[in-house]
Amino acid sequence: MLLGLAFGLMLGMALLFVRLARGPTIYDRALAANSLSTKVVLLIAVVSFVQQRPQWLDVALVYALIGFVSVIAVVKFLRYRAMHAPMTRPPGGAHAEIVDLESGQ
Amino acid sequence: MNEASDIWTNARDVVAAILLFTGLAFTLIGSIGVIRFPDFYTRLHAAGVTDTGGALLILFGLAALAGWSFAALKLLLIGLLLMVTTPVATHLLAQAAHAGGREPLIGRSPVKPKRPKKSGPAAP
Repeated sequence: MLLGLAFGLMLGMALLFVRLARGPTIYDRALAANSLSTKVVLLIAVVSFVQQRPQWLDVALVYALIGFVSVIAVVKFLRYRAMHAPMTRPPGGAHAEIVDLESGQ
Repeated sequence: MNEASDIWTNARDVVAAILLFTGLAFTLIGSIGVIRFPDFYTRLHAAGVTDTGGALLILFGLAALAGWSFAALKLLLIGLLLMVTTPVATHLLAQAAHAGGREPLIGRSPVKPKRPKKSGPAAP
């Protein structure tokens, strides 16, 4: 029963990989990656029951946390096209000369 | 006493199987929706709703299979985390797509309507 559940989850992940490869926009790919991370968490939980190793549930918990944080990072990059905070300029780096030119220094 | 515990174990297995396969059906239907739907926002609806519901059902099914143990507590913790994070991620994706200028597909059908066969000469 649990093995069939694991293979069903893998089938759903294969369908999501199709959307990840074909997606016309970058948002479709981000959506597919987010859904894939949820399904990977479920797959780790199911496999921990198949193998009778409940300590793998900790791996699933950490994977859920990392997936959420990575989705937030990707969405923030998609919104602002930069990794620093919006409406600010990064200290140093490539934009430092532009800051100097605009302030006239 | 032994028969009673057998009955309870069987009932727990039946409940777990129902929850697990309902969750699997949710997940597969959501994946098919992500493939088939015409628009980003409709795909987001298919993925977000079924991720939350299907993941919670599968995790509750596994918790029912585990019984009263520490594994069930961990599974409920994962379910609580997913119940908080998945709608937030869906909302953030929709907000980013809307801010990025993606228009939702409203009033425009992606399927071209069939033209009726012309019986007579075409009017100019």
